[in-house]
Amino acid sequence: MTLFQCMLMGFLIVCAISVSFSRNLLNSVLIYMSYSLVMSIIWVCLQSPDLAITEAAVGAGVTSILFFSTLKKIQAIQIEKDKEDKALDLEVSNITLKEADDNE
Amino acid sequence: MSKLRPQEEYEKTKTFRFFRWLSGNKDPYIGEVEMQPQKEAEVPETTILERMSEQQMIRNKVYDVKNNKKLTFFNKVYVAAAIFFCIALTALLLDMVSYLPRTGNSGNPDNNLVSKRYIEHGLQETGALNIVTGMILTYRAFDTFGETNVLFIATCCVMILLMLDEAILKEKEEKDDRRFEPRDDTILQGTAFVLCPFIFIFGIYVILNGQLSPGGGFSGGAILGAGLILYTSAFGFKKAQRFFNELVYKIAKITALCMYGIVGSYFYITGANGIENHIPLGIPGHILSGGIILPIDICVGIEVACTMYAFYALFRRGGL
Repeated sequence: MTLFQCMLMGFLIVCAISVSFSRNLLNSVLIYMSYSLVMSIIWVCLQSPDLAITEAAVGAGVTSILFFSTLKKIQAIQIEKDKEDKALDLEVSNITLKEADDNE
Repeated sequence: MSKLRPQEEYEKTKTFRFFRWLSGNKDPYIGEVEMQPQKEAEVPETTILERMSEQQMIRNKVYDVKNNKKLTFFNKVYVAAAIFFCIALTALLLDMVSYLPRTGNSGNPDNNLVSKRYIEHGLQETGALNIVTGMILTYRAFDTFGETNVLFIATCCVMILLMLDEAILKEKEEKDDRRFEPRDDTILQGTAFVLCPFIFIFGIYVILNGQLSPGGGFSGGAILGAGLILYTSAFGFKKAQRFFNELVYKIAKITALCMYGIVGSYFYITGANGIENHIPLGIPGHILSGGIILPIDICVGIEVACTMYAFYALFRRGGL
């Protein structure tokens, strides 16, 4: 096993451990994507290029897109704009509450 | 001769009432029974306060983390047990790995008659330079047929779970579809404009050269599907529907599966009964060679590409 393959293997292990420790779901999907990409390079090193093609297309491409759309569907991904809207809503409700308290 | 009764006379008969009752045109209670709106159940304020205080007491008892001895004990044991099980499982698996034979040993169980036969007679019997594709599409064509069926059934299941009605789709389309991303992203569209043709051509190349170079139906189909997904996410579903809508999807998918079934069953029946089949093997190295590998490759490629795209479309939008 060459030094290059050893580096790739080490990267695989780091990816696999960091997936389970990352709290952000989006980050873990991205790490999973890089895992699949490294895995496809390892398949090329192990002389099975057809598996490498499939791994790159399915593992790094389609599966992660399906993960993304599922996360979007269950509303686990929140974009900045949404957060700002919610913060604005909260502020408005706080102000109205304060006004109500003052009136009482 | 029968006589047509006037409508008023007919409405008095029992048959008319029976059929009216049967079709449910008239509510039997309206106009017959005196009806009053329901009163709301009144709960006295004292019971509400009692219930609230009880709930608060229970809540205080449950969420009192600092003084709850059971909870702290459980937390400690949980962490310890999790770490123990992880280490034990890793140790067990590593122990099992140490019993595996070393790679490249001549006495390994994978060095048997079957692989010898594939390597020595594969080119002669299948006409494929790529021995892997030759193996999975001729010697093991029946297994691959099962896998293709699995793909078909998987898309059917996703359809049952996620497919939406046309009317709801149209209503949702404008509001919800591309809510979290820019509608016409210039960078994405430019990239897709340059990349998509190459991806499609590469996918078709991989499918057609399945018997010559690495790849085959599954890899090429996955590349085609990924290209379709890129095109759709860049330009939207409306543009993709001009060439790939539900009708095209149904026809392509079912035709591919049936073609595989017909070609495959001809091959199995002739092979199993020792009859000579009339599919020419061709000269190894040419595109039109390898007997049934090329048509089956095309069928599997179409099937896989349709599956990928259908998964994406159903997850994103709820329809093709």
